[in-house]
Amino acid sequence: MNQSQFLKTLKPKFKEFKVSLYLLKRNRLTKIAYYGVILLMLIAIIVPILLPSSKHVNQDTHPEDKLLEPSLQHPFGTDELGRDILKRVLIGTKISLKTALIAVGTALLIGVPLGAIAGFFGGIIDEIIMRFTDIFLGFPPLLLAIAIASFLGPSLKNAMLAIAVSWWPWYARIIRGQAVTIKERQFVKAAKAIGAPSSKIIFKHIIPNCVAPLIVQASMDIGSVILTIASLSFLGLGAQAPAPEWGLMVSTSRNYFLNAWWYSIFPGLAIFFTVLAFNLLGDGLREILDPKTRKN
Amino acid sequence: MKSYILKRILLGLLVLSGVIVITFFLARIMPSNPAAQWVGPRATQEQIDKATIELGLDKPLHVQFGKYITSLFKGDLGVSLRSKQPIIKELKAYLPPTIELVILSTFMAVIIGVPLGLNSANKKDQVLDHFCRFFSVGSVSLPIFWVALFLQLIFFRWLGALPIGGQLDTKIRLLYEIPHHTGFMLIDSLLDGNLIIFKDAFRHMILPAVTIALYPIGLVARMTRSALLEILSEDYIKAARSYGLKERLVLWKYALKNSLGTTITVLALSIGYTLVNTFLVEAIFSWPGIGSYIATAVMSLDYPAIMGVTLFSACSYILLNLIADIIIALDPRVRV
Repeated sequence: MNQSQFLKTLKPKFKEFKVSLYLLKRNRLTKIAYYGVILLMLIAIIVPILLPSSKHVNQDTHPEDKLLEPSLQHPFGTDELGRDILKRVLIGTKISLKTALIAVGTALLIGVPLGAIAGFFGGIIDEIIMRFTDIFLGFPPLLLAIAIASFLGPSLKNAMLAIAVSWWPWYARIIRGQAVTIKERQFVKAAKAIGAPSSKIIFKHIIPNCVAPLIVQASMDIGSVILTIASLSFLGLGAQAPAPEWGLMVSTSRNYFLNAWWYSIFPGLAIFFTVLAFNLLGDGLREILDPKTRKN
Repeated sequence: MKSYILKRILLGLLVLSGVIVITFFLARIMPSNPAAQWVGPRATQEQIDKATIELGLDKPLHVQFGKYITSLFKGDLGVSLRSKQPIIKELKAYLPPTIELVILSTFMAVIIGVPLGLNSANKKDQVLDHFCRFFSVGSVSLPIFWVALFLQLIFFRWLGALPIGGQLDTKIRLLYEIPHHTGFMLIDSLLDGNLIIFKDAFRHMILPAVTIALYPIGLVARMTRSALLEILSEDYIKAARSYGLKERLVLWKYALKNSLGTTITVLALSIGYTLVNTFLVEAIFSWPGIGSYIATAVMSLDYPAIMGVTLFSACSYILLNLIADIIIALDPRVRV
């Protein structure tokens, strides 16, 4: 396939994407969330470049300016070491978005192949894999992540791993449900008939055709994953001091917040608005991609 | 239906044993040496070796696992590395305050969430509906540990209306004899007829309970709304309305009854969420429950304690889901 041909095959997909985007922006709340998410991504990318001191954000201490109230110079106030909270909150955006993306990506990497294999082969393999997912879903949400993160030892990397391990069963379930119907379709049967190996059928025919529900689920999950990372960090199981991670900042602020309300309020608001934006966007996405609620 | 319930129970047992296996092996990937923790930071190598044998950590993994399982059947969850107390005894002491909180916030979730979802579905796309949708998405987006601090700021620091934490005021602890019958402070104080303790215990409970209830309220409202949206467009509701039945009767009796299946499932789910959310909040309110217990256990790497709480929470979650599924299966409409 040469390049122009490849672009041609992409064209209808691109058009579909534009239609979805239009539908997405018709709902006012979803539209706001959509721009909010874009803004967050821009902050995550640009702030570390723009702020020359971002690398030294942890060393940038001014003990004489500690716990200052919000002012023009420090719109969010300063923390116990005199660091500017606004700066730290802005830089924290990158940490939260990056870790959430990696965690969801890892969960997809585990869940998607397992779900596809279960759905495609059926029978005993299906039974084993799906009972395995049932076991993982037997833990209340967050609990498994807490347990894994505390056993692995506290670090942001382990928190991401812990979240991925507790999240993959959801993706495996979705993919399996899709794969069970897709494997009955003509093109899969044709591929089987010409003797394509199972691995090729799974990765070239089944998984690419399950992408839509996966995107919806994954984008809805980003919000809860960001919240989970913040919660783990709050418990001391995620990012470690002096990282400007939001959950960790709220956790440190516990010693000071009664006399310095700004210290805990602003990082917490950052978590809230970020998670809210992703959740609203996910809600909107589900509404337009679900034929039941999709209007015209 | 009997075979379905039997199958469901078997699946529950399978999940339960899987959970036990996973918890056991997870605890074994821990990089730190539990024996060294057991004897403390200033122990000699000799003492550590002795503790390793004492704790059975020198045996091969499958032997350790076998021992763990047999002691589990005896109701023995091991001994805490930190306090050297049996975990089961500690859990029993820390459990009632947590259950009290969970029950109170689940109760709030039902009495606020269900009417909110119901009215929101009935007045779709009106002001109340927008509010309900925003509230339900908002409440699941809030970092609840932050909500806890925020409420403390407002009600303790700024308004001075409610206590910052703990279960009872120190003054009350000094002045009165604290009742111990069931471990539930509210019930115990009522049993003793001590209204002063009851009032104080209740005042201490408001902030943590409200914090924890936010999430399930949103969840219940949202699910009730979506279940009712479908039901309200059904013919029998139109028929009931065209007979001129009172709106209240149509909504609360005919429509709500049909959404009970959804509500029960959501409640089981939300109790699970609530239980884990106490892990994040209890320590902030110095609430003496298993949430505070696991928070300290996590910080001190007390792995038998973490395992114990994990197993307990997973068991109750599995049980709740099982009960919810069985209740739904008893519904004559889904009976096969």
